[in-house]
Amino acid sequence: MKLTRALPLATLAAAVAAACQAQAQTEITVATVNNNDMVIMQSLTEEFETQHPDIELDWVVLEENVLRQRLTTDVATGGGQFDVMTIGTYEVPIWAERGWLTPLDDLPADYAVDDLLQSVRDGLSHDDTLHALPFYGESSMMYYRQDLFDEAGIEMPEQPSWEEVRDWAGQLHDPDNEVAGICLRGKPGWGENMAFVSTLVNTFGGRWFDEAWNPELESPAWQEAIGFYVELLGDYGPPGASSNGFNENLALFSRGNCAMWVDATSAAGKLYDPDESDVADRLGFAPAPVAETPKGSHWLWSWALAIPASSEKQEAAETFITWATSREYVELVGETEGWTSVPPGTRESTYANENYQQAAPFADFVLEAIRDADPTDSTLEPTPYVGVQFVGIPEFQSIGTQVGQTIASALTGDVSVEQALQTAQRATERTMQRAGYLD
Amino acid sequence: MTTAKTKFPATAERMPPQAAGVSPLRSAFARRLGLTALGWAIACLIFFPIFWMVLTGFKTESAAIADPSLIFSPTLESYIAVQERAGYFKFAMNSVVVAFGSTLAALLIAIPSAYSMAFLPTRRTKGTLLWMLSTKMLPPVGVLVPIYLLFRDVGLLDTRTGLTIVYTLMNLPIVVWMLYTFFKDLPKDILEAGRMDGASTLQEVCFLLLPLTLPGIASTGLLSVILSWNEAFWSLNLTSSKAAPLTAYIASFSSPEGLFWAKLSAASTMAIAPILVFGWLTQKQMVRGLTFGAVK
Repeated sequence: MKLTRALPLATLAAAVAAACQAQAQTEITVATVNNNDMVIMQSLTEEFETQHPDIELDWVVLEENVLRQRLTTDVATGGGQFDVMTIGTYEVPIWAERGWLTPLDDLPADYAVDDLLQSVRDGLSHDDTLHALPFYGESSMMYYRQDLFDEAGIEMPEQPSWEEVRDWAGQLHDPDNEVAGICLRGKPGWGENMAFVSTLVNTFGGRWFDEAWNPELESPAWQEAIGFYVELLGDYGPPGASSNGFNENLALFSRGNCAMWVDATSAAGKLYDPDESDVADRLGFAPAPVAETPKGSHWLWSWALAIPASSEKQEAAETFITWATSREYVELVGETEGWTSVPPGTRESTYANENYQQAAPFADFVLEAIRDADPTDSTLEPTPYVGVQFVGIPEFQSIGTQVGQTIASALTGDVSVEQALQTAQRATERTMQRAGYLD
Repeated sequence: MTTAKTKFPATAERMPPQAAGVSPLRSAFARRLGLTALGWAIACLIFFPIFWMVLTGFKTESAAIADPSLIFSPTLESYIAVQERAGYFKFAMNSVVVAFGSTLAALLIAIPSAYSMAFLPTRRTKGTLLWMLSTKMLPPVGVLVPIYLLFRDVGLLDTRTGLTIVYTLMNLPIVVWMLYTFFKDLPKDILEAGRMDGASTLQEVCFLLLPLTLPGIASTGLLSVILSWNEAFWSLNLTSSKAAPLTAYIASFSSPEGLFWAKLSAASTMAIAPILVFGWLTQKQMVRGLTFGAVK
C-alpha cells in the first residue's frame, strides 16, 4: 500500500528535479553545412559541453544550398529557429545591413580578434563591425602533377600565367592514358563554375558591372576570358567537363586524371592525404594563374558562424561561436584529429604554429593567397561592388546561376561564346532593371 | 496474370497452326515467357536505383565514386559513420508519428466528406472535388512564407503537431478523391437496405460502408503514409532539430565539398527500409485496393 502511494510521489519529485535541471541548461540550435571541418566541429560537441555544462548543443546539418534557403527563410521572417548560423562571406554583409545579424562588437579580450586574418575579417564586417566569426577560410590556387611536369621538362615559375597554362595543358593532355591537360569547374551555379569564371574574368581585366551598375558581360575582356576558358577546357579538359564541380574535379585529380587543376585551397588537405588521394606524393602547388592583371585572380571565401538577431539565446550562442573559432579550438583539433585537419585560413597563429607548418607544406601558399585577396579591389577598373568571385548584392545568386548556365551551354558547344554572352548580358540587364539598379 | 490466362488461348485459337509454324501451345508458352520476361525487366529497371543505392551504402567513399562496379569488398563503415553523426531513431520516430498521425487525421476528415459527396451529391459536388484537387497544383514554395509566418506566430515551427497538420492538408485532396471513387462504386442499395433496417448514418458508415470498402480505405491510407514518409520540402523547411523526420536526416549527408555518396546511400537505405518493409508486408492489400473498383 505504502509503495503504491510513494511511487507516484517519487516519480513526480524526479520529474520536477529533471525539469529544473533542464531549465538550468540552455539549449542552442546550430545550423551548419556538411563539410569536413564542420563534421569535426560536431564531433567535438562533448568537449564543448564539458567545458560549458550549462549549454547544450543541438545540430541541424544540411547541404549548402538547402541550408542557405532554409536559413534565409528563417532569418528573413524572424523565425528564431536557429541560434547559430553557418553562412559565407557573401551573405554576411547583406544580412548585416538588414539588421538580421547580431553585431559582435564586445568579444572577450582572450578571443584575440587581431589574430584573425585581416582580409577575412574585412569580408565578414559591415560598417567596420564584425557580424560573424570565421570558422575557416579559403582562396583558390593551382594544383599540378609534379611527376608529369618533370617528365615533360616543364618548370613551374613562381607566378604562372594562363598563356603558359594553355601550353602546358597541350603538352600534358593524354586522353589515351586518361589524363586531361587541365581540370576546371564547369557545373553551372553561382558558387560553382561562376566562382572560377569570375576570377578568370577579373584577371583578364573584366568586371561584372561598371560604376553605374551596367552589366559588362559583352565587353572584350569577358569575350576573351570566356573564349579562352571554353577553348582550353574543350581542347584539353576531361570528358563531360560541363558537369564537373569541385567534388568531381577533386575525385578526378586525386585519382590521377588531371595534370593541372585550379580550385579552392581547401582541397590541399584532401589531396595531400594519402588515404584519400593517389597523387599525394606527386603533388605540386602554385598560385592561381594570371593574365592581364593579378587583381582578383584568386577568390576569397570563408564559412563563418553568426548569431541571428531573432535568437533568444544570444549569450550562449556567443559563447559557442567564440569557442569554435578560437585559437584553443584550432589546437584541440590539431591534437585530436591531426594537424592537416585544423580549420585553415582564419588565424595568423595557425600559420605560425610549427606543428601545422610541418604537417601542411601548402600552408604558406594558402596564407599568401588569402592575405592577397582583396574583395574591395579585385578588378582592373573600379566597380561599385564588393567581392572577388561574387558581387555582394542579393540579386547575384540568381544572376550568377543564370549566367553560369549560359556559359555551361557555351562549353558544351550548344551555343557560341558570343551568343552565350549576349544572352547572359540581356538576362542580367533585365534582373538589374527589375531590382531598380538601372532605369 | 488473370488476363494473360484468359487471353492467350483465345489468340492462339484464332491463329491457324500452319501459319504460325509452331504448335499453338508452344506459341502461347513463348508469349507468356516473353511477357514474364518483360515484366521482370520493367521491375528490375524500376528497382535498379534502389538496388544500386543499397550496394553503394556498403562501399567505401572512394569505391563509391570510382567507376561503377559490382565487385567490391563490402564494409559497414558508412553505416557506422552515419550512426555516429546523427541519431537515427530520433528521426525515424518523428517520421512514424507524423506519417501515421497525418494519415489517420486525413482519413477521419476524408471519410465523412467522401461519404457525403458519393451518396448525397449536390450540384456543386463535382466543382468542389475539382477545387480540392486544384490546391495540389500550386507549387508548395509559393505558400512557404505565409505558412512559415503563421507557424512562427502560433509556435508550431519544429513541432510534430505542425508537420502533421501540414501533411494532413497536403494529402487530404488525394485521400478524398480516392475514397470518393471507392465509395461511388458501392451500390447504393446496400446502404439503403441498412437504412430500412433502422441503421443511423453513423451505423451505416461504420457497419456497412467501412467494412465493404476496407481494401480501398487501406490502400488509400497506405498511399498517404508513403507520401508523407517521402515528403521532403515541408519537413526541411518547417522543422529544424526536434521534429525533423528521416528526409531531413538524409539531407544532412549531402555535401558540395568532399566525398559523401556512400554515407548518403547508407542514410537513404536506413530511411527507406521501414517503409519498404511496410510496403512489402501490405503489398496484397495495396494491389487489392487499387484494383478494387476494376474487378467488381
